[in-house]
Order: sequence, then structure tokens, then C-alpha cells
Amino acid sequence: MFYREAGDFKTSYVADNQTFPIAFDRWRYYAVLAVAFLVVPFLVNDYWVNAILVPFLIYSIAAIGLNILTGYCGQVSLGTGGFMAVGAYACYKLMTAFPDVNIIIHIILSGGITAMVGTLFGLPSLRIKGFYLAVATLAAQFFLVWMFNKVSWFYNYSASGQISAPERTVMGVAVTGPNVEPWAMYMICLVFCFACAVIARNLTRGTLGRTWMAIRDMDIAAEIIGVNPLKAKLTAFAISSFFVGISGALFFAVYLGAIEVGEVFGIQKSFIVLFMIIIGGLGSIFGSFAGAALLVVLPVFLKLLGVDLLGWPTDIVAHFQLVIVGLLIILFLILEPHGMAQLWRVAKEKLRLWPFPH
Amino acid sequence: MPDTFFFALEVTLNGLMAGVMYALVALGFVLIFKASGIFNFAQGVMALFAAMTFVGMQNGQIPFAHLINAVFGTNLHYFGWTLHSLAAITLTVGVMILLAWAVQRFIFRYLVGQEPIILFMATIGLAYLLEGVADLMWGADIKKLDFCLTDGTCLPQGINLAIDEATFNLFGYGFFIDNLDITATIVAIILVAILVAFSQYTKQGRAMRAVADDHQAALSVGVSLNFIWILVWSVAGFVALVAGIMWGAKLGVQFSLSLIALKALPVLMLGGFTSIPGAIVGGLIIGMGEKLFEFFIGSAIGGATENWFAYVLALIFLVFRPQGLFGEKIIERV
Repeated sequence: MFYREAGDFKTSYVADNQTFPIAFDRWRYYAVLAVAFLVVPFLVNDYWVNAILVPFLIYSIAAIGLNILTGYCGQVSLGTGGFMAVGAYACYKLMTAFPDVNIIIHIILSGGITAMVGTLFGLPSLRIKGFYLAVATLAAQFFLVWMFNKVSWFYNYSASGQISAPERTVMGVAVTGPNVEPWAMYMICLVFCFACAVIARNLTRGTLGRTWMAIRDMDIAAEIIGVNPLKAKLTAFAISSFFVGISGALFFAVYLGAIEVGEVFGIQKSFIVLFMIIIGGLGSIFGSFAGAALLVVLPVFLKLLGVDLLGWPTDIVAHFQLVIVGLLIILFLILEPHGMAQLWRVAKEKLRLWPFPH
Repeated sequence: MPDTFFFALEVTLNGLMAGVMYALVALGFVLIFKASGIFNFAQGVMALFAAMTFVGMQNGQIPFAHLINAVFGTNLHYFGWTLHSLAAITLTVGVMILLAWAVQRFIFRYLVGQEPIILFMATIGLAYLLEGVADLMWGADIKKLDFCLTDGTCLPQGINLAIDEATFNLFGYGFFIDNLDITATIVAIILVAILVAFSQYTKQGRAMRAVADDHQAALSVGVSLNFIWILVWSVAGFVALVAGIMWGAKLGVQFSLSLIALKALPVLMLGGFTSIPGAIVGGLIIGMGEKLFEFFIGSAIGGATENWFAYVLALIFLVFRPQGLFGEKIIERV
């Protein structure tokens, strides 16, 4: 009834090519943005920000990054945790070496550094394919975490081997360090998340995204029709790692404040982000958000249900969480390999004909 | 001769033994991959699950005791009996066959014909599921694993005195070789011999090889794919049980077992996914390489290089030979 193209006349190419061609979609998008930017910051408290909103935003960035590599370019990576660690440590080194420079520039730069590291580890992808590559990226995961643990230059020779973020401000408001307000934390993550999503969405709509998808669907065929696999794969690794690095920097500097690399950026992190994009939807920006939301909310929900409501011990609830996540992965792969994003698409198709389906 | 040489030799020997342990896990991967083209990421967790089930059976633990206690407020833990190791193994094999059937019936039956990478991700999901189930069934605490045939004869542990003495008399330097590693080597040899005999001389074994060779052709001559896949997963489950018992006896049954089992992946990449000898040779190379690297270079750059050496070695190796040492040549068609 209200969700349709009819009556929405486009008079220019720009209008025709926009991200949300349907007016209802567009307004929904603006509404979500308005709520996220103008309403939520005034409502949030410490619990909501720390337990749900900030992890959701940061994981969304990581999921978008991995989705570019795995969902769009078809290169499965199990090294996300390692690349997040690169972002975190790059951010830490930059923050402590150049205290006067704005933290936003540091975070973007750490994304850039991660992109370089990612490209380096992406080089073998030109020769290795499929799950061979997935195992090869484990090398990045284990090597990087080991390096950050052992080379004391990375943690400024601190005795504990931990790194902790000093206080930095944006426009006079503290965004890292111990005195940060919940809304400031939320806002800086939101800004980065929004920017990353817009960039990623437009990249995947353009030439670059099409070459990625061509490589994903059949790399030899793509090569024959003139897609340069070197360029496509390495740009996918670089851009993916850029986003993952930003999420790692935010995870360390804004969210946790102090980290120990083996605990925070271990292989479990790689799996969680991979699960987010499988459940959310491979090759979809919306899917990255949906998957991140589900896997961030699920543990909180289970804890509320299991520990607080039923009074079960925490470890049983944690085990149940493993079972549920595993089941979700398998169920989605069997029933809907394109994830929650596909459910959303189907719902929209239905809505288009509603209430007169014939 | 200088002491360093003997050290290096001892390290090499220990590395080879460790490599056998990796190869034990890698064997299970190869079996499943050859027969069904599924890269079974869950093999490590299967080893963990098998070891936990074995210990649980042995000690007469009640499955899901923690869960039952939490739901019904009871205080159950043990049946109050202990089983003989052989009985426990038989029961565990039964559980692994049941698991193989369930995996085939409820997961991979619906994924036939999907892309390999989807199957791979499904096995990652399976790994999570299985780990959660194992923890719920038997509890997540570290368990001690004793495998005893009679009260006196258990899996041996600790330094082998005979070798220590013999080498001391020969070279003036006693080698430290763990008894358990020697046992593991012997068990691995027996296991491979059984597997080879099974696939060469039995009807089911031949059918298994036929399926590995060509699904369609095997189907057309009347081999039941479904049965063979369940069989292969059961055999892999049995291999996982052996690996789980060996690793469990060495390190205790705990979650980190499944992470160690991850190291079977670089072993496979080195040896080639489709080759049983490849899995063994790959295991030996990785085991020896990582110990030697740690010995010569690792200590200079901070130690604990075992965490990543295997992966980096496999990565570098694959760049030059993507199909691994013994793998079939990868031919790609549009």
C-alpha cells in the first residue's frame, strides 16, 4: 500500500541511482538515523551503552569489514581477531606517541595500518583458495596475537603486558579513558559506524564491488572477462582490514579501555564475527548489522533469562549459548544460506504487494 | 660430540613424537574429506567430545547432571560405579556412531551439493554445538584421563628410563623421551594399519574408497552414499576417540584440546587433504619443525613460537605448492 515505487517519479540519473529508490525505505532510513543520532544519546545509561549499544556498533563495523572480504569477495578469513588486534595496538601506539593529535585521526590511521597488514596477509590469497585460505588466515590470527604478546615495544614495555587507553577528547568531550560519559562513547562509535556503513554500501554498489562479486561467483570466469584478480582480492583485503582495524581501535580505546591481547582478540573473536555475517547474511550490509545485533543481544538475553530469571549457574548458561549459536549457524546454512538479510528482503517483497497480493 | 647436537637430536625426536599426535587428529580430517568433500573443522572438538565421554563413562558420571540439578534442584553427580576402560571405550564408540548418524541425518543430508565453503562453515557451527553439548553433558572442568587395562597396566607416563640409560651409555647424554609419546606412536602405527587393511580388504572399505573416488559412479553401482557417509563419520569418530585419549592422557581433558587439534589443519595443508600418508608426513614435519624452530630461534625472539609456527610454515609452503605435498593436483574449470 505505502511501500511501492508507483507514483515516485525519478527525473535524474542521480535520483534513479540512489541507495534507497523507494520513498518509504528512504524515510525509514532517515528516521532510524534521526533516532540514533538525536534521541538515543539522551536516553542511554551506562548499562545499555556498555552491554548492548557500543558492542553492537563496534561489531557491526567489524562485520561489515569481514562481509566485504567473505560475503562480497568470497575469501573466507579466520584472522579477524588478529586484525582487530592490529587496529587496537596501532591506535595505542599512535595515541601514546602523538598525544596532541586528535583521536579520530588516530583511529582512522590505525585502520590504514591494519589495511597494510591485511594486504600483506592477503597476498597468499592469489594462490590459495577456499578453506586452504581460511586456514592460512589462521596464521595471521596466531602470529599477530603472539607478536603483540611478546614484543614489548607494542605495549610500551609495561610490566603487565596490558595496554590501556589514556584520556583523549573530541571537541572538549572525553571519549577515551576512565572518565568517559556513556553518551560520548556511544556517539563516537555511532559516527564511525555510520561512516563505515555508508562507505561500504557505496563501494559495494560501484565498480569495485562488482569486481569483488565477480571474483566471488567464479574467479576464473571473472579473470577471463577481464577482472584483475590481483587488484580485486587485494583491495578486498585492504578495505576489509581497514574497517576491521577501525573496529579493533574502537574496541580497545573506547569500549574496553584496557586490554590483554590474548584474551580479547583471540580466535573466538574471529569466529564470532564470522558467525555474525553467516547469520546476518553474506554479502549484505544490512545483514552485518542484523547479525551483530543478534549475537550481541543473545548472550545478554540468555543471561537475563537463565541466570536472573531461572537462577541457573552462569557456566550452564554459557554452554547453552554455545549450543544455540552452533544451532543457529547450522539452521541458517540449511534453511536460509543468505541469512537474516534474505528474510528481510522477502518481507519487503511481500510488503510491496500487501494487502492485495494478486 | 657437542651437547647442542644431542639437545637438537632430542628435540627432533620429541618433535617427531608430537607430530604423531597431530597426525592422529589429521587422520580423521582426511577420512571425512576424502569420502564426502567436507572439510570437517569439528574434528578437534570431536576428539574433545570423545575424550570427555570416555572419562565420563569411566567414572560413571551422569550425563547432563549439572543441567538436571539446575532445573530440578536435585544433587546428582555420579551413578556410583566405575567402568573398565575397555567397556568405556565400547560405549564411547557407540556414542560416536550415534553422533555420526545424527550429523548425517540432521545436518549434512540437507547440505548435499552445497559449495564446499558452506559445508566448511557448517562444520564450524557443528564444532560450537558439539562443544556446548559436551560441556553440558560432562561439565567443563579439567578432567584427568587414566586408561588402564588392569589395575597395574595403565597408559605409561613420564620419562622412558630404558632409552635414557641406553643413550647415556652410548653418548654420555640421556635422552628424555616421554613413554606416552612412544605409546602414541605405536598406537598410531596400529591405527593406520587397521585403516589401510579396512579400506583395502573389506567390502565397506572398498565402497568407501569408491565413494571417495567418484560419488556418482559409486551411486550407480549400488553403493549407498548415506550409509558410507555415516560409516566414514563413525570411523572418524573412532579416530577422534583415539586422538582424544592420547591427548587427554597427556594434557588432561579440557577445552584447549580442541585448540591443539586446530594444528591438524596446517598439518593437512602441508600433507594434502586427500592423502593419509600425507597426514602422517605432514604431522611429522610440523611437529619436528616447530620444536626445532623453538629450540634454535624461538628462545631468541620471545618463546612460545609453537602457537603460530605451524600455520606460518603451512602458509609459506602453500604459496609455492597449493595442493600440499601429496595432494592431487588442483585442476580448475569454468
